Amino acid sequence: MTTLFGLPIQAISGQLLIGLINGSFYALLSLGLAIIFGLLRVINFAHGTQYMLGAVTAWLLLTVLNIGFWPSLVLAPLIVAVAGLLIERLFLRYLYGLDHLYSLLLTFGLALMIEGLMRDGFGAAGKPYSPPALLTGVVNLGFMILPIYRGFVVVASLIACLSVWLLIEKTKLGAYLRAATENSGLVQAFGVNVPKLLTFTYMLGAGLAALAGVLAAPIYQVSPLMGSNLIIIVFAVVVVGGMGSIMGAIVTGYALGLLEGLTKVFYPQASSIVIFVVMAIVLLVRPAGLFGREA
Amino acid sequence: MTEPHPLPHLQVRGLNGWYGESHVLHGVDIDVHEGETVTLLGRNGAGKTSTLRAITGLLKKREGVIKLKGRDLIGLPTYQAARAGIAYVPEERGIFAGLSVAENLTLPPKVAEGGMSVAEIYRLFPNLEERRNSQGTKLSGGEQQMLAMARVLRNGARLLLLDEPTEGLAPVIVQRIGEVLRTLKASGMTILLVEQNFRFARKVADRFYVMEHGRVVDHLTAAEVPDRLASLQTQLGV
Amino acid sequence: MSIATSTPLKTANDALGIGHLVGRALIVLALLALIAAPLAVYPVFLIKILCFALFAAAFNLLVGYVGLLSFGHAAFFGGAAYITAHTVKEWGFTPELGILAGVAFAATLGLVMGFLAIRRQGIYFAMVTLALSQMVYFVFLQAPFTHSEDGIQSVPQGLLFGIIDLSKPLPLYYTVLGAFLLGMVLIWRVVNSPFGNILAAIRENEPRAISLGYEVNRYKLAAFVISAALAGLAGAVKAIAFQLASLVDVTWQMSGEVILMTLLGGIGTLLGPVVGAALVTAMEHYFAATSIPAPVLIGGCFVACVMLFRRGIVGEIRHRLKARSSR
Repeated sequence: MTTLFGLPIQAISGQLLIGLINGSFYALLSLGLAIIFGLLRVINFAHGTQYMLGAVTAWLLLTVLNIGFWPSLVLAPLIVAVAGLLIERLFLRYLYGLDHLYSLLLTFGLALMIEGLMRDGFGAAGKPYSPPALLTGVVNLGFMILPIYRGFVVVASLIACLSVWLLIEKTKLGAYLRAATENSGLVQAFGVNVPKLLTFTYMLGAGLAALAGVLAAPIYQVSPLMGSNLIIIVFAVVVVGGMGSIMGAIVTGYALGLLEGLTKVFYPQASSIVIFVVMAIVLLVRPAGLFGREA
Repeated sequence: MTEPHPLPHLQVRGLNGWYGESHVLHGVDIDVHEGETVTLLGRNGAGKTSTLRAITGLLKKREGVIKLKGRDLIGLPTYQAARAGIAYVPEERGIFAGLSVAENLTLPPKVAEGGMSVAEIYRLFPNLEERRNSQGTKLSGGEQQMLAMARVLRNGARLLLLDEPTEGLAPVIVQRIGEVLRTLKASGMTILLVEQNFRFARKVADRFYVMEHGRVVDHLTAAEVPDRLASLQTQLGV
Repeated sequence: MSIATSTPLKTANDALGIGHLVGRALIVLALLALIAAPLAVYPVFLIKILCFALFAAAFNLLVGYVGLLSFGHAAFFGGAAYITAHTVKEWGFTPELGILAGVAFAATLGLVMGFLAIRRQGIYFAMVTLALSQMVYFVFLQAPFTHSEDGIQSVPQGLLFGIIDLSKPLPLYYTVLGAFLLGMVLIWRVVNSPFGNILAAIRENEPRAISLGYEVNRYKLAAFVISAALAGLAGAVKAIAFQLASLVDVTWQMSGEVILMTLLGGIGTLLGPVVGAALVTAMEHYFAATSIPAPVLIGGCFVACVMLFRRGIVGEIRHRLKARSSR
């Protein structure tokens, strides 16, 4: 068996793949957080909840309405985005003029409520969700066996991240978003309906989180608690990357996922804290974050 | 639509405005008629910029009457005031750093037919075309001012609000801005200008309002300026 | 950054903002009530409230008087509980030494976490403290001495100073009350000292404090350490009182709960956190019998407080009294 640093290469590539998959979720989630924070100045604590809701919605669509993975990949994010619309219209909108901490506390409270209700109704135990038939099975890449679905997750999240990047960097709507991030008053004075733009942005971020949740459903078990610790890791990712740059959020997400995977190979005990350690180091060396402009 | 305009293009009556608790506008009255260029003069802190911001709705806490072609703007959200037909060039120019020159230029959505095309704008401001892919804030101060003005010529609004377009710019550029303003005026644009540079304002404006402590304290036409020069200079502290 | 409150400088001097005499009379009344309370209410319940009240007051020192929202205070509360429980149970420390060890641990941890967290401001400060405390959580989860899910159980209560038998409810209650009062007096002293005035100045206008030549970060760090140590005191006392140190007390949910207590009672008021802690503890106690899950209740309170009631109970009372007296 081939080895690297005394470890079988199979094991290393296996952990790297897991790292890459986790990184895909970190990237999608921190991207959404960064977009929401950029424009709304809201730290969306409900982001992990929206990820969970994506997975749970897909599971419910399957079990209750017999709607499969592919339609769910679109439907579940849309449904969660509509829930996001309600949150923005009913609550967040009234907090924009206040200290940012209030919106953090509000979304924290909503996250607790939604997770508590789901746990009550859905049960804390994880539920399995099978990948679609098209993506089951494995391919042998020579140096490792790749389950097709896992490869798909990496590709799908890359496509989603790049699409969002293109949307923001290359379209008219993206130009509005970038401009409003700098000076939303002036963008309004030009006749752009910024309140609507804010709602849309929150929906986009929530939808991205839900997309990550649907993608995660066949890999992890679907459970009401799947997002609650994840959100804190994603916060650390965001502190490391700095929220000033969309690309920064994406790259940092993948990089930290990989690093976490590598840590699992070489020093498993530290794998759950390695991202926080990186965050501490970045705070010492470059407090504004790797890609950050201090907000 | 076809009847002659009994009302001014922009009518401001008894306008009061507040930043938080501080009361900055105390009953401002201003008329700007169709095709006219009117300048607000006054020292720093007299309330000129606040008046413009109150008209656009950026100054949210306001009372009184602001009518654009007879339509009351108070109570409308900022973006709807703009859509009623206002082209706004803010102080400090407000160029977006995260956008290229071309993106800055095409950012404001059209609010009415009849705005300039991008090609026409580039003809008026050739520098901007050369630099269209640069980051907006990498332009020189003069170019940024041109961009800030060019930006709102596309949107078709017929009322232009200009806040200190000449501030901190070299005389050559100021002259160029004067030419652009005269071109716009010739095209029938209604212009409300805030300006500290009286020499510049004198060359472009038809009428003047002098503001002090959030009130209009004086009003004169271009023809009256020579007789009133001395008193104006004390009022403006120039 | 300024969360919530108005009137920074005078607040603490005057706990309710209703004049010194009335205020003092109220404090004396409250003290008498606390001393007599075990006659009416089950001491264990009171002890729980006092521990959380001290925890919330420690947290409030930071958010209310320096304007720093820590989302990681459970690390100090639960961390100190672990250290106290371990030193008392495994190393045979006396209760007072065990509590001291817990407080020292919390202060040291506060120094490290504070040093890192004050490098960022505002919303980032909250995120950094949250992430760091989550790291602490994982360390405790994996460290063998904490017995992970089981926690450190049946911690011996022993004799405080060799004489006070803490296994009896009343001596235990008055010991906890003593620790609570000690903490409150310390907080009151800090807030009303020249040091406290500088903290208030930082909260109101940090750039101005910097331009006046204050080394803002040192003051912030000092406040962070004091707050962490007092949160640790609360956790340490709780470990002795309930003979238990568990993972629950180091989770981010616990950090959230202390925020809620403070928010509900009134950020930046001396008595607010105490009122909030009593209310949240009582609420959890009574709702435990119903079918409403605790997180839903806590979350709902958060939403209600943020949307409708940002001054908190004590803050609201103070505001109304002030509005009336200025009329």
